[in-house]
Amino acid sequence: MLDYITSYLRSDTTPGQAGNILWAVVYIFLIFAGLSVAVIAMNWLERKILAHMQVRLGPMRVGPHGLLQPIADALKLLIKEDIMPAEADKFVFWMAPLVVVMTAFTVFVVVPFGATHAVTDMNIGILFMVGVSSLSVLGIVMAGWASNSHYPLIGALRSSAQMVSYEIAMGLAVVSAILMTSLNSAGTGTLSMIGIVQAQQAQHVWFVFKFFPLGMIAFFIFAIAMVAETNRAPFDLPEAESELTAGFHTEYSGFRWSLFFLAEYSAMIAVSSIAVTLWLGGWLRPFSNSLTGDTWEMVFSLIPGLSFLAFAAMCFLGVFRMPKHRAFRMQTMGLAGFGVLLGGIGLLLFVPPVRYRVQDIFWFSAKVAISMYMYIWYRGTFPRYRFDQLMKVGWKVLLPLGIGVLVLTAGVGVL
Amino acid sequence: MQPVATTFFFYFLAALTLAGGVLVITRKNPVHSALALIIALLAQAGLYLMLYAPFVAGVQIILYAGGIMVLFLFVIMLVNLERSQREEQFNKQWLLGIIAATALGALFITIFVRGRAIFPVHIAAVAEESNTQEIGLMLYGNYMFTFEIASLLLLVAIIGAVVMAKKRI
Repeated sequence: MLDYITSYLRSDTTPGQAGNILWAVVYIFLIFAGLSVAVIAMNWLERKILAHMQVRLGPMRVGPHGLLQPIADALKLLIKEDIMPAEADKFVFWMAPLVVVMTAFTVFVVVPFGATHAVTDMNIGILFMVGVSSLSVLGIVMAGWASNSHYPLIGALRSSAQMVSYEIAMGLAVVSAILMTSLNSAGTGTLSMIGIVQAQQAQHVWFVFKFFPLGMIAFFIFAIAMVAETNRAPFDLPEAESELTAGFHTEYSGFRWSLFFLAEYSAMIAVSSIAVTLWLGGWLRPFSNSLTGDTWEMVFSLIPGLSFLAFAAMCFLGVFRMPKHRAFRMQTMGLAGFGVLLGGIGLLLFVPPVRYRVQDIFWFSAKVAISMYMYIWYRGTFPRYRFDQLMKVGWKVLLPLGIGVLVLTAGVGVL
Repeated sequence: MQPVATTFFFYFLAALTLAGGVLVITRKNPVHSALALIIALLAQAGLYLMLYAPFVAGVQIILYAGGIMVLFLFVIMLVNLERSQREEQFNKQWLLGIIAATALGALFITIFVRGRAIFPVHIAAVAEESNTQEIGLMLYGNYMFTFEIASLLLLVAIIGAVVMAKKRI
């Protein structure tokens, strides 16, 4: 039994390939927990960063710097009355949030957080991810139709038109990246997520810098299309609050609404991790070609621990800057506890076996985190598109650009 | 990795496909029919996976469930549902239906009884790892002509759709 547990740790495959069900389940739970924490953190960060961009403070009341605000919100949503419109199609109305959540979480089965850190590695990894995440539009359409109300229906129609249009540009960008994986001596590419990162490792270049500027344009197309795919600003027409109140989830409340919220954020993380895997070298650390050797390996493997220590230091700085009034004692202690937790994680990441096993995950998450920050930044910067402008960008700009990049990539690859 | 509980998954997916198919034709509401069709198509994708054809399964999910069915739902939501719900679901050609059903049933029974003689005993060894490559080589090598004809047909369909939709070109 113990051997069954430890044998996987010494192997260099994913649990799915090794056929190790126990570790596969462990990974599934870890990803589920990590995603939930990431969604909660993202909720807090989005409000905080947007507030600072607009010269506001954002949530400040619940916990130090509003750190407990997302938990308070989640509690509020759970105890809120769950309303179902009388004229709604009961079964479809009930199914829609489940479909959205299921598709948003299922794609993480193939996301490679590291060379061995994925639930499984499929031959058709990227195809699976694109396919399953394209199913989420079904949930949105179901929600909009089943609500039996005008705003949700218009939101759902907008959403399906938008997602179907941008999926094509997105697909073309993905294909041009997959084409780059086939530039090896054997001449065969791969669709597996781990294989794509390994191809970047073997070719000593992240695909975003390959065939400059072709890789960069493909990445650019994908970066725009993925914002449109996840219905985020500036492409958030399906839930444009000034026109459609809340779009397709106008009639949803309480727990069901929070499922939509959860799905939206985990879909954002999912498409960001596609972008990271295809163009930004997945779990590979930065400068893995120019800064080589044991010393640099050592330095880069210390960065995960050091960054957690930096977070802890920020927490302790906050502890000293808290008001010294008696009413704030509880919050100060809580913040100090959080700092100790972060510092503990940082110290744990310095232990050599953990350090070498986990640094893949750190680099992958850091790249995804940058992508998530970009999402917030777009929302704070760009005004919303009009629907005809949105269609124009999708069909008349991104699609021809995508075809051009694909043809040029194929041509340059043959040369 | 060795397959687990193959029999169970086969019957499970087959039952899902059948249930979905039956629901497609019995539901009065076209949206419910479309959703049942999606279930049938996804279960079919699972069956393709069991046949060691992951690429076909992935394409099935992307094209049918993710693409075509979304457009189906899109169109269904735009048409008048009240009228279509009042309309008769089945036409009265039961004689023709029975003949077709008997013929199909006879075919199935023949295959079931004499299957061993008709199909090869040994299953061709399919390398799951190179499934995508094999399909690519087949499509752009052996079956190049058929593939091109199919894409030409699609082009004709697109032009036809544009001609019908636009009054003035």
